[in-house]
Amino acid sequence: MSSRYKSVETRHYEEREAFFRNLGRLGSLSRRGFFKVAGISAGIAAAKGLITPQSFQLIDVAHAQGLGGQGFTFAYISDTHMYVKSLNDRFVRSALKAVDDVNALDPQPDFVLFGGDLAQTGKAAELDQGAEILKTLKAPVKMMVGEHDWFLDMGEHWRSLFGEPQYSFDHKGVHFVTLLSINEPDFWTARHMTAEERMSTVEGLDNPVQGRFEVGVAGRAWLQQDLAKVDPHTPVVVFSHSPLYKYYRNWNFWTEDAEQVQAILAKFDNVTVIHGHTHQLLTNRIGNINFFGMMSTAWPWPYAPEGLPRLTVQMNRADPFNAFDACGDGRFDVLANGMVDQLQNLWNRNPVTIRASYLVSNGQKDQPAATTLPSY
Amino acid sequence: MRLRTLSFSPLALVLCLGTAGNAFAGDDLPRHQLPSSPDGNLVVGLCDGETSVEVPGVKPGDPMTRDQAQRVADQLMGEWRRKHPGAEWTMAENAAPAEAVAQNDDEAAPAAPTPAAPQAQVQTYGAFTERDQAIWQASTEDLVAEGKRIFHDPNALGSTDAVSCDMCHPDAANTHPETYPKFQVQLGRVAMLRDMINWCIENPVRGKPFADDDHRLKALEAYIIAQRKGAALDYGKH
Repeated sequence: MSSRYKSVETRHYEEREAFFRNLGRLGSLSRRGFFKVAGISAGIAAAKGLITPQSFQLIDVAHAQGLGGQGFTFAYISDTHMYVKSLNDRFVRSALKAVDDVNALDPQPDFVLFGGDLAQTGKAAELDQGAEILKTLKAPVKMMVGEHDWFLDMGEHWRSLFGEPQYSFDHKGVHFVTLLSINEPDFWTARHMTAEERMSTVEGLDNPVQGRFEVGVAGRAWLQQDLAKVDPHTPVVVFSHSPLYKYYRNWNFWTEDAEQVQAILAKFDNVTVIHGHTHQLLTNRIGNINFFGMMSTAWPWPYAPEGLPRLTVQMNRADPFNAFDACGDGRFDVLANGMVDQLQNLWNRNPVTIRASYLVSNGQKDQPAATTLPSY
Repeated sequence: MRLRTLSFSPLALVLCLGTAGNAFAGDDLPRHQLPSSPDGNLVVGLCDGETSVEVPGVKPGDPMTRDQAQRVADQLMGEWRRKHPGAEWTMAENAAPAEAVAQNDDEAAPAAPTPAAPQAQVQTYGAFTERDQAIWQASTEDLVAEGKRIFHDPNALGSTDAVSCDMCHPDAANTHPETYPKFQVQLGRVAMLRDMINWCIENPVRGKPFADDDHRLKALEAYIIAQRKGAALDYGKH
């Protein structure tokens, strides 16, 4: 057998072996060598369509380091929509997969953002089960609440597990705010709905009976007060379950008082909003604000028939025959300048990086890979 | 209720010059108040809103044999003919050309130079009114609504894991019924929309696939197709 002719498998395993060998040497590598390894891993991912957590980590750790090593990283898991395991174990398995992904990150992220909709029907057993799963994360978890967690008991059990849904904290020079953005005007009292009926109405994305999401008067007052003491040059990152802009009303890809919230954030040089709920690759920029949507671990939503932000590079359409496809988790790299890059770790696909520079340049620079299978 | 009792016989349906669907039950259309039978027998009304016949020995809700049903239909028809001795089935045909001519006159009035338009062809089948169309549309929407209900209801789908179609397909988005039939690579064969519906019912929904003539499958197809009204048919599209 001549070594001149290698099968695809042989070459693949050789590249893979070289990749892991280099991985072990990373700690002692020069910066140039570091980029070389990162290039190899990117090459493997691109050429083979192979996604390993290692490959996606390395590409972007290199990127963050390249910007001076001042930044930091946090991971995300969002929209797990878990029923109790005995009824439906698929979404539980997906959540566990995401926890494994995040726990495999090396170095570990500073914290993990959970993007809301931990439970599917808001039951205490579902939330308890979710809390138990998230406890296995090695990094600290920052919780955000979604409508599926909320409307059965209006957040009572969620609060007992995770505390107040609206809070802020400072981390390495960045001011973080978590909003409760999934308030809805009362649609249930006049209809004499039970708590279960209220919950199942909200569960239906296309159910028009429910109201539109809003931060609300109290939430906006709280936000105003929280930000009053923050210097306008401080980078601000806002977590909200719903997108803090208006994309598609019928599915509540929408926040009714988005403009008012954006106005409160207008005084800052540099704001990033990170939201769940939409289960798709979604990016937008309005004024001084970069918006990033998070993927779900449970299922992808189709793109809405109208209103898609121009800067969004759609993800390839999902394969319905693969329960994990078009789902995933991801990472945010906070750069030295306070801007945030997003790394979408799509399961079964190449990772997609959406850089702040892409949004700030109005789509001129650093364009993410284009869609080859657009929505119908 | 009246219409339900009529619907047992094809002949009785032919008798009807118009039908009324459930959608109109609440409207202020004239209602046929049927006389009650002193013996509690079934009373069947004719769609003229006047004629009725009692069916001896059959209670409301009981099934009738075909012979019994035929006798009821014959009786009602006979009674109608007795009341309308000169009536012919060509009535609708006669009425329609009159309307058509009247329309032509209206159009001709502003001195159109074109020769008079030919008279419209007329047949009994085509002689339907706006009311008929409204009723048919309402019946169609009933099926679509039933499909929407099933689409959103794990129990109606026979789900064993609480998953329903709308969880991935809000407003039936991303179902693209206009692209079938097409070669479905993952199945290795050409699939119709219903094959994909049943695939979803078996897999994410974890239920039992619906038979081809299952009312639920037809309703789901009706809902999904209705959501894509206006999309150009493009079978085989990937």
